[in-house]
Amino acid sequence: MTLDQLPKDRPAVIRSIEGERSPVVLRLMEMGMVRGAPVSVRKRAPLGGPLELRVRDYVLSIRAADAKRFVVEVAE
Amino acid sequence: MTGAVVALAGNPNSGKTTLFNKLTGLSQRVGNYPGITVERRLARANFGEDIVLVDLPGTYSLAAQSKDEAIAFEVITGRTDDPAPTLTVIVVDASNLDRNLYLALSILELGRPCLVALNMTDAAKEAGRPVDADRLAEQLGVPVVPIVAKKGEGIDRLTAAIQSALADLPAPYARAWRLDDGEEAKIAALAEKAGHDGIALWAIASLATTSPADVPVVEAQLVAAAREHVALADAIIEKRYEVASALAVASIDRGAGEATSRSDRIDAVLLHPVLGIFAFVGVMAIVFQSIFAWAEPLMDLIEAGVGAVQGLVTETLPEGAIRDLLVDGVVGGVGNVIVFVPQIAILFLFIAVLEDSGYLARAAFISDRLMARVGLHGRAFVPLMSGFACAVPAIMAARSIESPKDRLVTILVTPLISCSARLPVYILIISALFASDETILGVFSVGGLLMLLMYFLSVVFTVGVAFAFKRTMLKSPTPPLVLELPPYRAPEPMAVARRVYERCKVFIRDAGTIILACSIVLWALVYFPREPDMEGFSPYAEAVKLRDATKAAMFTARTQKQRAEIQERSERAFERLRQRSAEKRLEKSYAGRIGHAMEPVIAPLGYDWKIGIGLLASFAAREVFVSTMGLVFGAGEDVDEEDATLRDRIASEYTPLVGLSLMIFFLLAAQCMSTIAVVKRETGSWRWPIFMLVYMNVLAWIAALIVFQGGKLLGFT
Repeated sequence: MTLDQLPKDRPAVIRSIEGERSPVVLRLMEMGMVRGAPVSVRKRAPLGGPLELRVRDYVLSIRAADAKRFVVEVAE
Repeated sequence: MTGAVVALAGNPNSGKTTLFNKLTGLSQRVGNYPGITVERRLARANFGEDIVLVDLPGTYSLAAQSKDEAIAFEVITGRTDDPAPTLTVIVVDASNLDRNLYLALSILELGRPCLVALNMTDAAKEAGRPVDADRLAEQLGVPVVPIVAKKGEGIDRLTAAIQSALADLPAPYARAWRLDDGEEAKIAALAEKAGHDGIALWAIASLATTSPADVPVVEAQLVAAAREHVALADAIIEKRYEVASALAVASIDRGAGEATSRSDRIDAVLLHPVLGIFAFVGVMAIVFQSIFAWAEPLMDLIEAGVGAVQGLVTETLPEGAIRDLLVDGVVGGVGNVIVFVPQIAILFLFIAVLEDSGYLARAAFISDRLMARVGLHGRAFVPLMSGFACAVPAIMAARSIESPKDRLVTILVTPLISCSARLPVYILIISALFASDETILGVFSVGGLLMLLMYFLSVVFTVGVAFAFKRTMLKSPTPPLVLELPPYRAPEPMAVARRVYERCKVFIRDAGTIILACSIVLWALVYFPREPDMEGFSPYAEAVKLRDATKAAMFTARTQKQRAEIQERSERAFERLRQRSAEKRLEKSYAGRIGHAMEPVIAPLGYDWKIGIGLLASFAAREVFVSTMGLVFGAGEDVDEEDATLRDRIASEYTPLVGLSLMIFFLLAAQCMSTIAVVKRETGSWRWPIFMLVYMNVLAWIAALIVFQGGKLLGFT
């Protein structure tokens, strides 16, 4: 499952990052979204806007298109 | 030691700028919105005469993808004109340890002397994750000083630590992770070329997969070499995070459970799918209302004050060109500058409060969907909306947009938004040339509909032009939205006040001088020459004639009533004469000559030289068009858009089609010198203001031409 499909408030772990390392992806990795990092979706913006994520100990907002690149696994 | 340079580095929102203020006492602005420090700032430390502090831009990494990151990297490694800092203080947000330690590790691995200031230890404690600074220092092998910069806690300990570190520099940091031997060999090979292991890591992490955005000093061969190690970038970032997490786990007492924080509870409302939109619209409405309406009384007050000073100067100085220059050119020009201050102050008061509280990041989150369609970042929303009140503060507000190209697009299209200065012009034209009170379908008045049309068209053109620029000249992909939503914090009144003050100061100093100069030039164009060729018309001779006629009439008058009538008639005639000579003088002034010279260009739009003068004068400010038309039409200078005489004169000379063409012209043309001046200030050169002047006026001319000529073809007048 990719991060954009992750149900709200379900703790998950990033398994892999797909596709090329574009500036956005690299930036997100440097902000802590690397393999093994815990992540959850806190909110989706109204009208299909960006996602609000909890990554490590902070809140980050990214677009759904960028979230697609992150493959996640729901944590037990 | 003398001339020690201490750099402050850290994540956006880590409290770096607050600490910088505490250590220097300088009015460096602070914000709760990632990415505030645009340039690197220098100030003398208040705890040591010979220590200079450098505030680096807050960044999440040193990867050279943005100018901020490039500056941070260049300064720390001494790649600028200045030598490398003696010591780098890495500000780490204790409530967000993993990510902050990642940056700390990237900096430490560059091998320069560093110490860590562990900030916001109180917030970490409140969140139930207190950090043990001693344990962190022990694990990291670098001095760590716990502080709460906002409250000034631990600052003494930090300054002592800085001074002792400067006296006895900490040993270079050795990285705490290793890849497998083959990969390490590759890094070692690159390190030889780059001169340092840390530079090699930096090159791989930031250059291997992307091209450097703004790094002029990076050697081309280093970029090429880094390219061969694409696969290593992931490994380096992952390893650093492993170390950072391990450090965090070791130094945090994760005793308390993860209770929902205050920010979560506030966000439950402010980012709610429905309530959030209402809150957003409400906040924006208040901001908008405040710059639109609340600034008005202050602006009136300033105008009254300017008028009083002008009166005073008129009374004290002898008549002549010097007095007129002082009254109308200089004092009037200064008035043109300070009249903007209330709007700028109010807008920046709101922006500062919204930013420092953390809401502005949420506003960008909410409006991103809308703005992304145009190709702009959510942060462009506030500047564009503010443009409805006035483009000057709006353009200044575009500073919060990170990408230089997007910021430029926003600056270039903001003046297309119908600002409040266009309103009097629309009102004058609509009421003079259209049956504005007539209703359509019984509900909508013609005037109201025309006004609505103007605002609608202004939004259409703004979006259209922004769209066009984003796809052609300033082509860049829709900016990625990577936006940290910082915890809500109460804004500090002093920091907010300082910011408002700084914005106003910068405007008055940098844009004000240009506005003043333009005001004086415009004044001179209208004022000179003093003895123009009036083509046989002599106000003096006419006045003498009038006086003699009045005297003769008085002589024959028999009753008191007749005398009063004659007196009254004569006064009216004198008034008409005064207006006629003012009219004639204006026609013959340099401005009038320019108006005449403009006729071939503006005649296809349906305008004559009189409107030409108005257009020229509206360069001072669009609403000046109204008083200039008053002057041109001899209705006196002190008219407003409600003046009946002026309306009648305009109605008798122009058709509604000319009116429509003129409104379209005002909608699109760049006429306001203050806007030009502020664009020059914000973009740093004359290139973009001149471009803006050209593109907007060409666009305005073409649109007005289409309206007028098209209207004529369709049989309208």
